[in-house]
Amino acid sequence: MTIGWYLAVSAIVFSLGAVGVMTRRNPLVVLLCLELMLNGANLALIAFSRMWGNGDGQILAIVVMTVAACEVCIGLGMIVALYRRQLPIDVDELRELQG
Amino acid sequence: MSPLLFFIAGFGAITGAVGVVVLRDPFYSVLALVFHLISLAVLFLLLRAEFVAAVQVVVYAGAVMVLYVFVVAYVGEESESLGERLRGNGSHPPAVGSGLRRAGAILGGALLVELLIALLGTGLTAIDGYGAGYEPGLGGGPHQFGTPAYIGQLLLTRFLLAFEVASFLLLIAAVGGVVLARRRGGLGEEDERDMLTPLDLLRPLGTGTTAEGVGGVLRPVQGRLEGAPRSRPSLPDAGSRRPR
Repeated sequence: MTIGWYLAVSAIVFSLGAVGVMTRRNPLVVLLCLELMLNGANLALIAFSRMWGNGDGQILAIVVMTVAACEVCIGLGMIVALYRRQLPIDVDELRELQG
Repeated sequence: MSPLLFFIAGFGAITGAVGVVVLRDPFYSVLALVFHLISLAVLFLLLRAEFVAAVQVVVYAGAVMVLYVFVVAYVGEESESLGERLRGNGSHPPAVGSGLRRAGAILGGALLVELLIALLGTGLTAIDGYGAGYEPGLGGGPHQFGTPAYIGQLLLTRFLLAFEVASFLLLIAAVGGVVLARRRGGLGEEDERDMLTPLDLLRPLGTGTTAEGVGGVLRPVQGRLEGAPRSRPSLPDAGSRRPR
């Protein structure tokens, strides 16, 4: 398959992730959709890496995975903290920044 | 063979992504994401990124998703579906931003169209190619595209700084995660706090450990020394500050 097909898949995955981030209310699912967006970007990076026969894109993809792992760590920590304080697990209700 | 594999894996990746967005139960969303990640790893393999594909399966679909499953099991409940929210007749009162949500979906569609135009309508002619040439064959030397040796050599030479910064970032995130998710009010767990060591009997109250300083140990000790005369003012009790 040509590189364009992979890029099309990556665009679809990225848009689906964006729709999920904008429409879902559960912060857990919002985090999952963020992962989807990062994965779409990763697929594009690796496709471009293959296109030029250059490994830099793969390194960047690995760094993106690292950042995604950090984001999961912090995000899930925040969700657990919300749960402990018995705040609603719902991004619509959490509109105040006040602790 | 390669086109067939591409269509299977691509279809799997898109199906998994749709599943993450529309499924009602967060637990099923996580499972759909695992499916999506594994399909994506197959696509990575087709693009000759074997090391990244392995990392994707082992680290992402393995470790990170286990973390998600644990948190979903811990927090639980609260399921909702996209369709319900779009219609605004879920278990909740009519959605605050039902129209906004529909607008979000439309915006996502517009984003997709725009991305496809930008990616496929680009002037890059190489997009219609099958990628640059690479050294075929087995062996996996540092010059063979996408192998662990190749990635390792790049990471430890050209991208050493990025590698170190990423590791530092992981460390900060780990500390941050522990700080965010820790139990407020006291250092230890319940039973740890109830423990009475021989030292507690020898020294006066309130002059002891760090745990006591932040108000952890004092209460059980006080309870145990009920009969003793209380000459010292009692420190503020941490028990009341514990989560409701």
